[in-house]
Amino acid sequence: MKVLVAVKRVIDYNVKVRVKPDNTGVDLANVKMAMNPFCEIAVEEAVRLKEKGIATEIVVATIGPKASQEQLRTALALGADRGIHIETDEEVQSLEAAKLLKGVVEKEEPKLVILGKQSIDTDNNQTGQMLAALTGMGQGTFASEVVVEGEKVNVTREVDGGLVTVGLNLPAVITTDLRLNEPRYASLPNIMKAKKKPIDSMSPADLGVDVAPRLSTVKVEAPASRQAGVKVADVAELVDKLKNEAKVI
Amino acid sequence: MSILVIAEHDNSSLKQATLNVVAAAKAIGGDIDVLVAGENVGAVAEAAAKAEGVNKVLVADNAAYGHFLAENLGDLVAEVGKGYSHILSAAGTTGKDFMPRVAALLDVAQVSDIVRVESEDTFVRPIYAGNAIATVQSSDAIKVITVRPTAFDPVAAEGGSAAVEQLDVVKDAGLSAFVSEEKAESDRPDLSSAGVVISGGRGMQNGENFKMLERIADHLGAAVGASRAAVDAGFVPNDMQVGQTGKIVAPQLYIAVGISGAIQHLAGMSDSKVIVAINKDEEAPIFQVADYGLVADLFEAVPQLEEELKKAV
Ligand SMILES: Cc1cc2nc3c(=O)[nH]c(=O)nc-3n(C[C@H](O)[C@H](O)[C@H](O)COP(=O)(O)OP(=O)(O)OC[C@H]3O[C@@H](n4cnc5c(N)ncnc54)[C@H](O)[C@@H]3O)c2cc1C
Ligand SMILES: Nc1ncnc2c1ncn2[C@@H]1O[C@H](COP(=O)(O)O)[C@@H](O)[C@H]1O
Repeated sequence: MKVLVAVKRVIDYNVKVRVKPDNTGVDLANVKMAMNPFCEIAVEEAVRLKEKGIATEIVVATIGPKASQEQLRTALALGADRGIHIETDEEVQSLEAAKLLKGVVEKEEPKLVILGKQSIDTDNNQTGQMLAALTGMGQGTFASEVVVEGEKVNVTREVDGGLVTVGLNLPAVITTDLRLNEPRYASLPNIMKAKKKPIDSMSPADLGVDVAPRLSTVKVEAPASRQAGVKVADVAELVDKLKNEAKVI
Repeated sequence: MSILVIAEHDNSSLKQATLNVVAAAKAIGGDIDVLVAGENVGAVAEAAAKAEGVNKVLVADNAAYGHFLAENLGDLVAEVGKGYSHILSAAGTTGKDFMPRVAALLDVAQVSDIVRVESEDTFVRPIYAGNAIATVQSSDAIKVITVRPTAFDPVAAEGGSAAVEQLDVVKDAGLSAFVSEEKAESDRPDLSSAGVVISGGRGMQNGENFKMLERIADHLGAAVGASRAAVDAGFVPNDMQVGQTGKIVAPQLYIAVGISGAIQHLAGMSDSKVIVAINKDEEAPIFQVADYGLVADLFEAVPQLEEELKKAV
């Protein structure tokens, strides 16, 4: 079966984010960019399904500027077969990303679509669910285990009260949580091979989607910073301070 | 304006997060209705009707909603919600699951995890793991919003007397089915709303050692949390993870034991009133946010803490 994976280019999770002095956003000039960590887990899961003989082809899609081809190449080096680049320099919000991915789903007709649960830049946690609703598919969000059996998939989900397993008819949408797998690193020969794998480029207009944002950013500020407090000498002093100074116990 | 709040519950009792979300709805202003969707939810509906500021409680009681399947809830809430100006739910794993479906079905954007209401169309939310705070304005006719419960003081659970109305809208999309669940049973308070939280990280070394934290938690009436590293290593279950992609907590007192203080962890606990860190590395970033830092080996400090606390409280 064909698997579609959506990957997003975001700021590297190790980078210390700084708000721009004019409060219009965060400073992305000259910072390290990378594949969203949850998308790496999505690619890895697809590759494992292929290694198990369940997936036959892995198509990886991204929406973003020219540079997001780097993330497609990374996914191809990890084992995806071909890429789709929906190129735009505009800000694309989750609803519009879901509409664009719906266009890809209609063209490619995958049995399984795997996305990250959350982008670590916007922290939205929306796109997979929106894509599932727009395409009329079932969804297994925050997945920590995926078991495909025939025309069904069982997805174990990480939820507030523990774990819950749902059974979905295929085609279905899955979004990944941290414990689903541990992504591999791309080997040098695979990075070289990935350069020859095909990437198909298109624009949002080719898919008939208007990407104008519905939410406008009024301002972006730095969070109220917490001052470091004091170091205490020992446990007795700690308990004394909690009781008599902070009065929290 | 009219606001629909989707109740969070487990079919038998109303979760406190619902009261926090009603508080966010009050900050927007307008009539507030609460939708209780589930199976055999009579007691939940009664509790919702008593909450302060609630105008009407709508009840969708059907097996199709019993396991909170997102496909069914999404269809239901999109239909019931289309007459409202705002649809709100808590930003827990249930709300995060079905609310984006509601937004997509209504062809509107979702505003995730708001921490403040500026006006009826303008909201404040953390982005980049809380390293930036964005104020966003929605141009959509219906605002679909998830609310960070810890950012809003709950309305009173008692005192209201809203009318309760049964809906007979049954949405069964037939796309998904409940298979099984593994509930993390605990007698301790709920992590997201506990007044005191004690969390362990990779420094705890194994799950057995978490018993040291549990004993302190039981003495203080606290909840026990963990870092991602402790969950990934299998020391404790996933529902204990505090952070950007786990639970958000804001207790009166947060005690971090053997946790380095990565930004993804801080994103989940830095709104705590008082933070204590116990770490043997005096350079650990957690000390930059801790009100009280103790540089010590946790295997000496935690048993001492248990003793001292028994003397003090
Ligand atoms: C996409 C993404 C999402 C993430 N989401 C989250 C999240 O939601 N929550 C989260 O917590 N993390 C999250 N992380 C992981 C985060 O980046 C850190 O890796 C993690 O928080 C580290 O956990 P830790 O502090 O327990 O471990 P470490 O960083 O290894 O720190 C262990 C600490 O224990 C101390 N220690 C060791 N032994 C002792 C001892 N005997 N006595 C005293 N101190 C001791 C050490 O000095 C050290 O500071 C996420 C990461 C990514 C990429
Ligand atoms: N611009 C994009 N290009 C490709 N995939 C995306 C994009 N935006 C979001 N996604 C997918 O949706 C997931 C969740 O994103 P979000 O809803 O923005 O938190 C990501 O992990 C990706 O898999």
